[in-house]
Amino acid sequence: MNIIVCVKNVPFTQEVDLVLDASRQDVRKDNLVYVINEWDNYAIEEAIRIKEQSGGHVTAVTLGKEADEEVLRRCLAMGADEAVRIDPGSLKPDAFMTSAILAAAVKSLPHDMVFTGVQSDDFNNGITGGLMAERLGLAHAAVVNSIKASDGKAQIAIELEGGQDEVSLVDLPALFAIQTGINEPRYVSIMGIRKAAKKEIKIINADSLGLSTADLQPDLIMEEMFMPPETEGAEMLQGDAGSLADQIVRIIREKGVSL
Amino acid sequence: MTEILVVAEHRNNELREITLQMLNKASDLCQKNGYGLSVVILGNNTEKFINDLKDRANRVIVYNDQKLQNFNPDDYKEIIAALINERKPMITLMGHTPWTMDLAPALAIKTGCPLATDCVDILLDSGKPRIVRQVYSGKIFSRMSFKEATGYLITVRGGAFQATRSFDYQADVIQAAMPAMAGKVRREFIGYQDTGKGEVDITQAELLVSIGRGIGEQDNIEKAKELAAKMGGTLSCSRPIVDKKWLPKYHQVGTSGKSVKPKVYLALGISGAFQHVAGITGAGTVIAVNKDKKAPIFRVAQYGAVADLLNVVSALKEKLPKN
Repeated sequence: MNIIVCVKNVPFTQEVDLVLDASRQDVRKDNLVYVINEWDNYAIEEAIRIKEQSGGHVTAVTLGKEADEEVLRRCLAMGADEAVRIDPGSLKPDAFMTSAILAAAVKSLPHDMVFTGVQSDDFNNGITGGLMAERLGLAHAAVVNSIKASDGKAQIAIELEGGQDEVSLVDLPALFAIQTGINEPRYVSIMGIRKAAKKEIKIINADSLGLSTADLQPDLIMEEMFMPPETEGAEMLQGDAGSLADQIVRIIREKGVSL
Repeated sequence: MTEILVVAEHRNNELREITLQMLNKASDLCQKNGYGLSVVILGNNTEKFINDLKDRANRVIVYNDQKLQNFNPDDYKEIIAALINERKPMITLMGHTPWTMDLAPALAIKTGCPLATDCVDILLDSGKPRIVRQVYSGKIFSRMSFKEATGYLITVRGGAFQATRSFDYQADVIQAAMPAMAGKVRREFIGYQDTGKGEVDITQAELLVSIGRGIGEQDNIEKAKELAAKMGGTLSCSRPIVDKKWLPKYHQVGTSGKSVKPKVYLALGISGAFQHVAGITGAGTVIAVNKDKKAPIFRVAQYGAVADLLNVVSALKEKLPKN
């Protein structure tokens, strides 16, 4: 089973104060730490598990600059066999362009399954996988939380809303957008990443992929980013933990719950 | 006539709420701009859906076929792409749902219409649509326009618009013929399975003690469990806790978990992603404790405290009477 996993290096923004940059087209990123996109971490883990159970070859692919090779080293340390970085050059790809570039690169690599994360932590579009699948003519499912692959087919579960899954049988080759929680991603040690640093990363330039100008035009044009509109928000309780506890107990009782 | 086309969604013979929310917003845009409003439904035994839809649009376009009983991206994309190419709606609206995450990107490639997903607002003041969507997990909003095109695809977030009906339509019902299918169906529907059933029913609790990523380590789960027991409440959680397998799925509150309606929801270390917040709209009072003063949960909570939740958990245990 040949599996290609598309991964992305994203800024870590949990419990971080984000500030808009001067252009108001994005946030300031100079003080942010980059990590593997959370969904992609589950996707690469799933590919490696399938390989470990039934054999195969896992290739991690990213569209990014040299600094983003970090995310590929991590995938190699987890157990990927091969890593490819596509350099965007001067392009500033949105999801539409990204899908064209990734699809063109994936096309030339052998694949039974292609994985992406459901969405990325930064722009949350959730469409790169679906766009790629249609460009590549692959069967597709989004929000996949279980995969059992064999004999040219995969039985998958798709996470719907309200605690319900859809179970479907999909012809391979196929592209699946992987949901968090599908597995428990392994721990990656610093040593492991150092070892992986010796492995070769193949580099492809996006402009060598023969893409049309239409494919390299963004679908969406950012007008402006802005901070969330002010709402009334919560009445903020003050004091040390003991005082907060007193106030919380009082509020809970006021609302008719006996403690 | 310029048109907005809404793609209806249904599951288990029920029209999904998101469809009514989209129709309400679309109706509002159509009334203001003099556009026509069409809704398309694909299914089997569609009579019930037609009844639900006929006072909400100018036109109900129906594809009724046995093989459309359940959602299938291969059939759906062929049919809806052909419909878009024929009617050329200015905007095609879909819900931002697991199914549409399959369908919408395929339509974008097939029709050449640009696509914006998970939108929380649609603006039509300049004769061309612009949209508002959240980025960076809801910490930042963005306003975007599209590249020049004949039509635009927009998926909208559940709950972004009300499901009310502000205009009384009498729709023409059009039974459409199934187009010739170019592609083969590569995805076979087997069935639905419930993942949220378990020994605890969080939907019936008066008091939920709910934990999120801020709990930090698995060992701390026990402390939250003890607190919930001491308060006579029920333990629930947000998605990351279930993803890490620290608690079973039946504890999960949110879009993919359960919607809850306790008198009091005590959110400990929950940042408040929209998928989570969508599950607590029925809560009487939300009290949130979080280290991050900018956490989105404080925008929906009635009471908030910026604090280390473990300190607050310990203090609460001390304050409560020993049974």
